[in-house]
Formats: sequence, structure tokens, C-alpha cells
Amino acid sequence: MRRARVPAPIGLLAGLGLLLFLLPLAGLVIKAPWGQALAEFRDPTTLTALGLSMFCSLTATAIALILGIPLAVILARTRGPLRNVLRALTTLPMVLPPVVGGVSLLLAFGRRGLVGSYLYDAFGIQIPFTTAAAVMAETFVAMPFLVIAVEAGIRSLDHRYEEAARSLGAGYWTVFARVTLPLLRPAIFSGAVLCWARALGEFGATITFAGNFPGRTQTVPIAVYIALETQPQAAITLSLILLAISIAILVGMRDRWLGAL
Amino acid sequence: MTLEASVRVHRDDFTLDVQINVSAGETVAVLGPNGAGKTTLLRALAGLDEIEGRVTLEGEVLDDSERGIHVPAERRHVGLVFQDHVLFPHLSVLDNVAFGLRAQRRPGATAAARRLLDEANLGDRAAAMPRALSGGQGQRVALLRALATEPRLLLLDEPLSALDVSVRAEVRRELARQLASFRGVRLLVTHDPLEAMALADSLVVLEHGSIIQSGTPDEVTARPRSRFVADLAGVNLLRGRAEGDHVLLHDGASVAAAGAGSGDVFAVVHPHAVAIYRNRPDGTPRNVWEGVVDSIDSYGDRVRVRVKGAVPLVAEVTPGAVRELDLRPGAGVWVVVKATEVSTYPA
Repeated sequence: MRRARVPAPIGLLAGLGLLLFLLPLAGLVIKAPWGQALAEFRDPTTLTALGLSMFCSLTATAIALILGIPLAVILARTRGPLRNVLRALTTLPMVLPPVVGGVSLLLAFGRRGLVGSYLYDAFGIQIPFTTAAAVMAETFVAMPFLVIAVEAGIRSLDHRYEEAARSLGAGYWTVFARVTLPLLRPAIFSGAVLCWARALGEFGATITFAGNFPGRTQTVPIAVYIALETQPQAAITLSLILLAISIAILVGMRDRWLGAL
Repeated sequence: MTLEASVRVHRDDFTLDVQINVSAGETVAVLGPNGAGKTTLLRALAGLDEIEGRVTLEGEVLDDSERGIHVPAERRHVGLVFQDHVLFPHLSVLDNVAFGLRAQRRPGATAAARRLLDEANLGDRAAAMPRALSGGQGQRVALLRALATEPRLLLLDEPLSALDVSVRAEVRRELARQLASFRGVRLLVTHDPLEAMALADSLVVLEHGSIIQSGTPDEVTARPRSRFVADLAGVNLLRGRAEGDHVLLHDGASVAAAGAGSGDVFAVVHPHAVAIYRNRPDGTPRNVWEGVVDSIDSYGDRVRVRVKGAVPLVAEVTPGAVRELDLRPGAGVWVVVKATEVSTYPA
């Protein structure tokens, strides 16, 4: 590939931008007390937060798959003003400040909330400040990433595969299970990974709707924030873990993100 | 066993309005330029799109818009072959061929698919994935996939045009063989006259959404009724009003034609009946027009010279004549046609 000449101001600004990314990461990696990091890693608080984070983020991803794929089908396969409204609503959590998401969830599912009051009165179910709340908050924030990826996948699908299947006598469900879903596997996979990564890093909506209860709602990002005041070492260790997971995701998805896009 | 279809499809600025009957054991090719509505017709017959009109196959009503009947594609028992094979990329060749049988819950799907592949000498490719197939193999597998469920109607959408010229002959032979042994109704759409002539017993020419001509390939090319057909038959087609011994073209030029008759007519002039002179000739031919060479295309030992003028014509001459007369685009020439070389028939 021919190297393009870059004017100095653009190179300078680009370099500054790059530094903004790199310096904090370098700070984290260089200043980390690597000796103690391992010890911190065995700390029960750290392990509990990590386990909870994994559980919540994976559950959120599973829910997003079950609910998000049908939503993507509807968004990709229908037309009209209603669809556009639906699509805007679905993508809203991507641009909404997470803390606003958390407040909205409280107002919907809190004890005096829109739905929450009925749940409490009828079944005695109370969602806020439980693990279920953490899962819901993560799903709320992360599912749009899956929906968008799968919707794009469906749109770029050659519909003749499904038509060929239909002409061979396959009804809707056979076509969906044996043709559509397998062809969407790459889109579903990358959408699920994006969704999971977003859920894993979720902070604002979770702490607002689920609070900070170790072992119940204290996920890694929340634990990092809390620990920063009292045990900065633990905060750094947990941050390193999250960084390692992010890098692993990048490497795992390199064909999709780092290759020719 | 016949297909009787009366299909109307309206789309933004396009209307398809076609009546077509095909008997079993006969291969009909719907031939037309791109955008004529061929694929729209095929999709309608396959049940992929809803239509206005009525389609029956062996007396069974598949579509009847007046009675609100529309049998969806998955219940039509129609075999569909696309331009490029459209094999399922995530399934092996064997699973592709068995797909229809499995979808219809027929017993012994795998064994039947394997037998079909063996018969077509593709048994050794059964485990291959579609992307590992050559273009020709892919299209042959796609044909087997469509035939495996023993459909009543086989629809082929330009089955050869996506293939390399080198493998086209091989696939065409295989296709002709499979078509001959297929007992249902066979309909092929294509823009390639060669494909149509090689595979079909009769032609239906479709242009701008309606049928303008049908018959055997010989009948159709002997009496073209459109520029598209004239081009594929390699002849000059003129249209005008016959008045005794000449045809008055719409733009005012007059063409002498023996026994032109009267009324609206087509006039056909074969390119080898068109002579070219650099200077105005004297002689018996009654059709002498001035023109300018527009383009020159060489086909081996023959050259086709397109001449612009009051009567645009293509002349077929030898390479030697092109050299001798120093013909090149822009050169002024005279074209000459004997009145007896102009054949006319009612439009």
C-alpha cells in the first residue's frame, strides 16, 4: 500500500488523540503493583465481584439473545413509521446516559413504580437492589448493541437463500432455524460479544437501579469505584482484569474489527 | 399436466401482464432483455410474490386474486434454480440436496440425495461445502436440489448466464439431459438467446412486461416482431405502412419491397443482402440510401457495418471489402438493397 502524505497539523492532532487513549492505559499497566495484584486477586471481595459480574453479564447477554433477535427480525423485515419509532426506541439506551436508564428503571420497576407497584402488591416481588435488578440494568443498556448488529446482519442477508428454502417446501420455522439463523451466526456472534462487553462494563444504570451490595449487586465496575477510595490496590487489580478481558475480546474478534473492515 | 397462468403485477412504473400456458414435457423459454419482467414472472409463478390474476397447475388453483387464493411458495411443489446456484453456504452438498426432502419430512432423505449425486457423477463431492465447488458443479448441485423433491413445475432463472463460457457447454448438456427426463412443467427465463435455443422447445418473447411474440425458435426468429428479437436473429427490422410495392417508414423514408401489400407491416432485411458503396451507384436496385458508418464489428471472416442514415441498417461484408473501401466510423457511404430482399409481414 502506498503511504499517503499526511499534513503536519493533522498528524499532530491525531497524535494527541492517540496519547489520550494510550497514556491512561500506560498509567494503569505501569503503576499497577503487579506483586500485590496477584494477592488482591485472591481476595474474596474481588472474586465475589468478578463472579457476580460474569453471572450478570452472561445472563444479560442470554436475555438479549432471546429477546433481541426477534426484535432485530421485526426491525429488519418491516417498514413504515411505526418501525422507525420502534427502532429509535430500541437504540435510545445506546445514547441515553446510563444513570438516566437507571432512574427510568426505578420509576418503572421500583416499589412505587409503574409496574413495580403491581408486582409488589400482587406477588410481593421487589426488583430494585437485587441481582435481578443488576441483570435488568445491564440488559437495558447492552441489548441495543446486539439488536443493531443482528438487524444489520439480516438486512445484508441474500433473501434468495430463504426463498430457495421456501421453494423446497420449508415453512417459516424451518427456514428460520435451518437457513436464517445459521446464516446470521457471524452477526449474532459479534453482536453478542459487543453486548456482553457492554454489560460487563455497565456502571451507571446498575448502581442507580441495583445499588452497591457486595455479593448481590456489586459488580466489578462498581467494586472498582468503591475500592478506589479505601483500597486503591484492589481497584487497580480489578481494572487490570477488565482491561485483560477487553483485550481478549479485541483479539478474539480481530477478523471483524482489526482486519479489513 | 399443464401450467396455465395469467399474471399481472404492478410496480411503481412497471406493469407485467402476461398469459402463458405450458404443457408438461415441454420446455418453454421466456426470452427478453433485462428489465422485461422475466424474474418478476418467475417469482410470481414460484409463489414468492402475490399477484393479480390466476395460476393453475394440473388444474389445481395456485393463485386466484378474485377468490383471494394464494398458495405460498412452500406448498407449491415448485423447483427453483437461480442464476448463481444459491446453495446454502453452511450446509454440505449432500445436505443441500437433501434439504427439500427433509423439510417435507420425507423418509430416506439422505439416501435419496446421495443417489441423486451419484447418478450425476457428483458423489465424490457429497461432503464438500458449496464454496469449494466450481461454478459448473455448483449449478449442477443446485439443479439436483431443485429436482430432489420431484416438483411439478421447474423454474429456471438464467441457469447458465453466471457460468464461465468454458463450463457453460458442460452444464448446458447436463441441464438438457435433466430437463428431458423431468416429467413436470419446465419454464426457463433468460436474456441469452443461445441458452433459450439450446434448452427450449418454444420461445416466449417478453418485453416491457408483455409478451410480444411466441412460437418455436425458428418461427420467432424468422419473423421478428421487436428490435430485441431482430438483434438476436441478426437481422435488420424496420416497421412502417405498406403501400403496394413499398413500405413508408414512420420517419418518412420509403423502402421498396416486392409485394409489400397494405397496412402496418414489419420489413426484414438480412445484413448479407445489404451492399455498401463509397459513391452513389447506378443500377437496378431500387433502395439506395446515403448514410454514415456508425460502427464496425468483426466476427471472424465477416464484418458487420452499422450505417446511420434515413434508413439505419447493418450490412454484413468481408474484411477485404472493409479494407478496399476504407470503411471506418464516420465515413460517408451509400447502402443498397434489392427490393426482392426485403420481406414483409403484417405487424
